[in-house]
Amino acid sequence: MVRKKKKTLGKIKGFSIQFLPYSEIRNLDSNERIKKILGIILGNNILILQGKLKPEEETRLIGDTMAMIGHVKNFKGIELAVILGNGGNGLYSKFKYGLANVLTGGDINAITIIGPATVVKEMKKNPKKIELLLNK
Amino acid sequence: MVKIFKNFFKRIFSNMFKGKKDIKLGFYGPPNAGKTSLANRICKDFTGEEIGKISKIPHETRNVQFKEKVEIEYKGKKMTFKIVDTPGIATKIDYEDFLKYKLKKKEAKKRAKEATQGIVESIKWLDDMDVVVVILDATENPYNQVNITIIGNLVARKIPVLIAANKIDLKKADVKKIEAAFPEYDVVGISAKKGKNLEEFYESIFRLSKKVKR
Repeated sequence: MVRKKKKTLGKIKGFSIQFLPYSEIRNLDSNERIKKILGIILGNNILILQGKLKPEEETRLIGDTMAMIGHVKNFKGIELAVILGNGGNGLYSKFKYGLANVLTGGDINAITIIGPATVVKEMKKNPKKIELLLNK
Repeated sequence: MVKIFKNFFKRIFSNMFKGKKDIKLGFYGPPNAGKTSLANRICKDFTGEEIGKISKIPHETRNVQFKEKVEIEYKGKKMTFKIVDTPGIATKIDYEDFLKYKLKKKEAKKRAKEATQGIVESIKWLDDMDVVVVILDATENPYNQVNITIIGNLVARKIPVLIAANKIDLKKADVKKIEAAFPEYDVVGISAKKGKNLEEFYESIFRLSKKVKR
């Protein structure tokens, strides 16, 4: 008799989720921002960041993490996703959104999620949501 | 003194007659989207030689490879390009993923190490491009952050971008989904493998290349 194996969640190795408000990185330069983010990620944490990085900071983060693979034990890179909070499509909404960005010094309506690839298997993204699949 | 004058005039005259430089046309995108397949198709059509090897195993291209003096002819017009094919950009590399393709552990580890270096190299070359084609697999989810990061960087550097939605010969391909994800950019559906819709691709490349200041 073949027994059906029960689906279980399996073991998820320890990790924590850290939330970082934009005010924590607003006054940091690109080097300091990357350093701060890497510090969190390398501690096996998933980072939820209010706002988003500049495109060149994102590539810098990818480049720096690539350089770490093979040098930092068990590190395989990161999973990264950004969801934008651009309000609406109307002209007024766009203006309000643009003005808010100028006043706050960054896109604080966006949310960036970054996790180490050893913890986060995949981030599935569509324009409205991000789904995190974790490694068992 | 005479030597200084001689060098000065030599420099002026050589610049006057050197003509326009080739347009550096970069091929960027995630791994296995078909960057080398497209670069090969163009190079083969116009120079008779391919640029690099292709494979089903991701990260086959692990070094930036280029071909100079590729003269593309389209509707009687000619433009000369330096085609730059770059390694696929990813945010994670795990050598164990290559074991699924029956690579030995040692080979897989070597490939993973070279792939990480290739990604760093790809990123460095971004600054050097005149026009970039971002090649996406039309059967995959276009909202992958790597795609958005590459395009965001090109926009920040004011480099003209064309999105090539590759693999339209496959049933699962959805060019409209890519158009919906990147409504502000030119998207051309192509099949590098079958040579489908390349006319529209060349037309877009010529149009974008005209914007390049040389």
